[in-house]
Amino acid sequence: MFKITTEVITGAEVREAVAAPDAGAVVLFFGTVRNNTDGRPTKYLEYEAYPPMAEKKMEEIAEEISEKWGIHRVAMIHRVGRLEIGEVSVAVAVASPHRKDGFEACQYAMNRLKQIVPIWKREVWADGEAEWVKPDAVFFENLPERT
Amino acid sequence: MKVTVKYFAVCHEMLDRSEEEMQLPEGATVQTILKRLEEEWPEIAEFYEVMQMSVNWEYATENTELTEGDEVALIPPVTGGNNV
Repeated sequence: MFKITTEVITGAEVREAVAAPDAGAVVLFFGTVRNNTDGRPTKYLEYEAYPPMAEKKMEEIAEEISEKWGIHRVAMIHRVGRLEIGEVSVAVAVASPHRKDGFEACQYAMNRLKQIVPIWKREVWADGEAEWVKPDAVFFENLPERT
Repeated sequence: MKVTVKYFAVCHEMLDRSEEEMQLPEGATVQTILKRLEEEWPEIAEFYEVMQMSVNWEYATENTELTEGDEVALIPPVTGGNNV
């Protein structure tokens, strides 16, 4: 399952999406809305995505994981729209025969998601200002070469 | 030829629209679109250094050639936070 949604994300749906009889581990990751950034209070976040491309890129990440670890059970969901403090913005589930590979693959999935999946975050501060969050360093290190 | 151009996040905000159809000459590339946008809004060029483009849901370069019906998007840096 690879999807962009406006609905509340639940742990059950991502876990069920990767359930498999040969799995000995399911690693779940949730990204949640933090109440501050570097100490500055956040009121809420707004996420925007390019859904068809985002879902395509999520599938590509799953293919990369399949090649690297031989893990074929990966699910990724990202929510868009207004999210309140504490809500789940993104979930990744990885089912694997053994936990070590599952943890690694889950970490990899989130790192890649931030690099190549077109999703943007707008931070609305408690003081009323708002801004599109600046890119993190990972992005600049992984820009594709321009020809 | 006619293509659809989509704008997200900061680009959407700056250009004050989320998508539009553009009539382009034959042989046009992504660069043709970038130049046209720069004429309307010169400051957008500052973002070109860090911005990516896509054509039909795949990352592209300025030199990617366009064909009738293509869906082009300006992709400002994607974000999700540094330490999530």
